[in-house]
Amino acid sequence: MSDSDLPSALATTRDDFLALEQHERLQLLLEFANELPELPERYADHPDLLERVEECQSPVFIFVEVEPADEGGGVVHLHATAPKEAPTTRGFASILVQGLAGLTVEQVLAVPDDYPLTLGLTEAVSPLRIRGMSALLGRTKRQVREKTAA
Amino acid sequence: MTVETDASPEFAGYAHPERLVSTQWLADHLGEPGLVVVESDEDVLLYETGHIEGAVKIDWHTDLNDPVVRDYLDGEGFAKLLSAKGISRDDTVVIYGDKNNWWAAYALWVFSLFGHDDVRLLDGGRAKWEAEGRPYTTEVPSRPATQYPVVERDDTKLRAFKEDVLAHLGKPLVDVRSPEEYSGERTTAPAYPEEGTLRAGHIPSAQSVPWAKAVADDGTFKRVDELNAIYRDGAGLKDGDEVIAYCRIGERSSHTWFVLQHLLGFENVRNYDGSWTEWGSAVRVPIVKGSEPGAVPSK
Repeated sequence: MSDSDLPSALATTRDDFLALEQHERLQLLLEFANELPELPERYADHPDLLERVEECQSPVFIFVEVEPADEGGGVVHLHATAPKEAPTTRGFASILVQGLAGLTVEQVLAVPDDYPLTLGLTEAVSPLRIRGMSALLGRTKRQVREKTAA
Repeated sequence: MTVETDASPEFAGYAHPERLVSTQWLADHLGEPGLVVVESDEDVLLYETGHIEGAVKIDWHTDLNDPVVRDYLDGEGFAKLLSAKGISRDDTVVIYGDKNNWWAAYALWVFSLFGHDDVRLLDGGRAKWEAEGRPYTTEVPSRPATQYPVVERDDTKLRAFKEDVLAHLGKPLVDVRSPEEYSGERTTAPAYPEEGTLRAGHIPSAQSVPWAKAVADDGTFKRVDELNAIYRDGAGLKDGDEVIAYCRIGERSSHTWFVLQHLLGFENVRNYDGSWTEWGSAVRVPIVKGSEPGAVPSK
């Protein structure tokens, strides 16, 4: 996967993290955590639609919507919710919610699976915790596949 | 001990009540010379969202573990860490955190491996502090660096390795994981990440006492009568017993270690930090499945 295939929002996020010192990277992750949007009301009342990301230590739930398109891939919307006591998980979810916003099915599926490892957070956050973000991405892509399966 | 202990009557029955402070005690003593408050959480960002005024952060992954070898930092590393955090060898350290002080107890255990004398837990941790509406700040304190001495870790008294556990079989073992992990239905705590353990079950003869049984609804430790009912009457531990506690990576069992050693006064309690992530992948160690402890294999 060449760098040019990485959607620009995700590339910008990665570059922003890498430009910072280790301790500042945590602050940026916290900013992402604070920016995680509330679930749309139609999902807030439907916990049955949400998929729990078991790999994350804190309860985080995701739901993927694929907007139908006339041709080519539809547009993907990722929704995620995690409690305020779990800011790291909220931060991971927020990076993906923002980074995948408006992307087509094809673009989402092309995001490299190791994207979370490229953010320069393994030292500040620890590799074990980063696994949670990899799982978020993996489950998102799986839902996209399921929802677009012919 | 440099700062007076908490004489709250609710701690009176514990073997070592000086190891706990109440939220009120901490609120009354914040800023006192010789007292350093440390926050240690599962979530690496929780401290940044707000913490008790003056508290410094110590993270179990990034501060206490060696980044390469599966081990804790060494004497030099610990001295460097505590010097940078502005902690002196004779300071009173009060640790608190999220999840019923799960990680706070783990940090306290690591401090104890280095023989830091006066280290205490905030009873109830973050949950109780918050429930009482007590304040947090996002301001990171700048404590002047100290010259914490290099003290080598003592792994002989409070820590058990796999070989120690094998030699210990026949004496009390406490498995503090969830019932599903104990029985072998799964290898990780419900809702926790799979950490690649190859076999499921428990160490033969281990009693199952999930760690959170020691915690009351408000996040404080249960009082001594209730703890005795759980560990002495329930799990059959007796005075003078040598006990080893384990879980998945040694974090939850640090909490149980604290209960047994400091609250109930067992004097020979070790934490097997290799725990199930080591035992469940080790070659030819005995394992029992199901909800019964099972027999100790003949050696």
